[in-house]
Amino acid sequence: MTSQDRPPAESEPAQRSRHAARAAQSRGAIPWPLGIPALLAALFLLAPLAGLLVRAPWLGLPRILADSQVLDALRLSLLCASAATALSLVFGVPLAWVLARWQVRGISVLRALVTLPLVLPPVVGGVVLLLAFGRQGILGRLLDEWTGITLPFTTAGVVIAETFIAMPFLIITVEGAFRAADRGFEEAAATLGASRLTVFRTVTLPLVGPSLLAGAVLSWARALGEFGATITFAGNFPGRTQTMPLAVYVALENDPEAAVALSLVLLVVSIAVLASLRDRWLTTGTAG
Amino acid sequence: MRRSALTLTTVAVAGLLLAGCGSSSTTGTSSATPSAPVSSTPALSGTVNVFAAASLKEAFTKLGQQFEATHPGTKVVFNFGPSSGLATQITAGAPADVFASASTKNMDQVVKAAAATSPTNFASNVMEIAVPPTNPANVTQLSDLAKSAVKVALCQKAVPCGVTAAKVFTKAKLTVTPVTQEVDVKAVLTKVTLGEVDAGVVYVTDVRAAGAKVKGVVIPADVNASTKYPIATLTKAPNKATAQAFTDHVLSADGASVLTADGFAKP
Repeated sequence: MTSQDRPPAESEPAQRSRHAARAAQSRGAIPWPLGIPALLAALFLLAPLAGLLVRAPWLGLPRILADSQVLDALRLSLLCASAATALSLVFGVPLAWVLARWQVRGISVLRALVTLPLVLPPVVGGVVLLLAFGRQGILGRLLDEWTGITLPFTTAGVVIAETFIAMPFLIITVEGAFRAADRGFEEAAATLGASRLTVFRTVTLPLVGPSLLAGAVLSWARALGEFGATITFAGNFPGRTQTMPLAVYVALENDPEAAVALSLVLLVVSIAVLASLRDRWLTTGTAG
Repeated sequence: MRRSALTLTTVAVAGLLLAGCGSSSTTGTSSATPSAPVSSTPALSGTVNVFAAASLKEAFTKLGQQFEATHPGTKVVFNFGPSSGLATQITAGAPADVFASASTKNMDQVVKAAAATSPTNFASNVMEIAVPPTNPANVTQLSDLAKSAVKVALCQKAVPCGVTAAKVFTKAKLTVTPVTQEVDVKAVLTKVTLGEVDAGVVYVTDVRAAGAKVKGVVIPADVNASTKYPIATLTKAPNKATAQAFTDHVLSADGASVLTADGFAKP
């Protein structure tokens, strides 16, 4: 690339333009061992989406969406997914910090156990929730005796089921960021006299900001799509525990067209929310 | 797994013994389809995929074991679930050989989609109230389910057990608001056995199959409602000969006695 390797016959501008052309080509060209699987992966992921758009009952859409149960389910889905994300943030971020920073024997076991819902089939998640927080569950029984409150079949139950499934997504995302965060800043703040809580609030948390947002978005999306744990723990009742995925499942047995329409609505809403979050995330990213 | 299979066999044997005691064994005067004599059926083999209503789980598991025993080399694979959901799967092209539905409505759906022809009714079932063994809400009669303090689980309205339960409430002029509408009858039963609800409306056969895990509260015959169970070999059955043989087995006298032993009524 230096002037010494230049073949003598070529003039400098000609050679420069040839290099530029080759660079542009190599930037654009994708080697086929990557390109073909990439294309197949994209097709595989997009084909169901295309199917949804092609088969959507566009003409019947207003009739189906005017059904109050659909709006109830949508409202419930958004509400519960947001509540589950909020709970995950409030309780999951401190847990992630503890997992990342607390150096004691057995912490890795705890980490493996609390992220178990990631690999657990959600229906099993619902069953274990019943065994813990159900009316006959080890904790739910006490709750029922002391307060008369039972969680299954309530909207709170939906939030609990979704939090159980979604929180681990936040925890692993944020824990990684806590580990990667530069401890130098925290130490500097501490030597300047900041308390540990102040350090966490003003230094550590901003450092992991992008991961926090990514984790929150991930758990919100997971909570929005939650089905197995919800139907097992919270049951299925329109307006109270029937979220969109449950409504889709029930509709599929009864009125498949409505199921497609509901799926479409859920898809549009999730894309809209994720896109708006992404925009905000990117702009704050460039501004800061 | 092994233990549950054992329990099931024990229950099956007990059921057969009971049936033997109760009635003079000529129960199933098999309606349509002449069933081939079991011994001389030539060379049936392969897997039969049977899509069956959730309420048929215990009875059909036994029938499947009998079938596999009489036809070595065959394997009966079950997909138990809500009849409405199974019908949707079949019309969407699921590779099923036999469909046994808990209502004629869902079978008609499959026939209408040209996935089956000439289904035969092989059993019927009525509803019963299932309560946890401790009966926490002290449910003793149907009208107790209308009380707001009583937590009731029902099947969702599209599933045969939901439709039939709704008929019962209409007949009894009761308004029952459940806490949950489950996807199939076994899901209702699970919520009862876990003690999460005070009562569930299921089939009499489910109460019997659950054994000591639930208690049954009988619904009076004058307000009870029933549903019919049709079965059909599917037109696109990948393994048609064996599929038809299994259907015939369900419709045979032997099949009928297993069903009767489990509490099913004649169609």
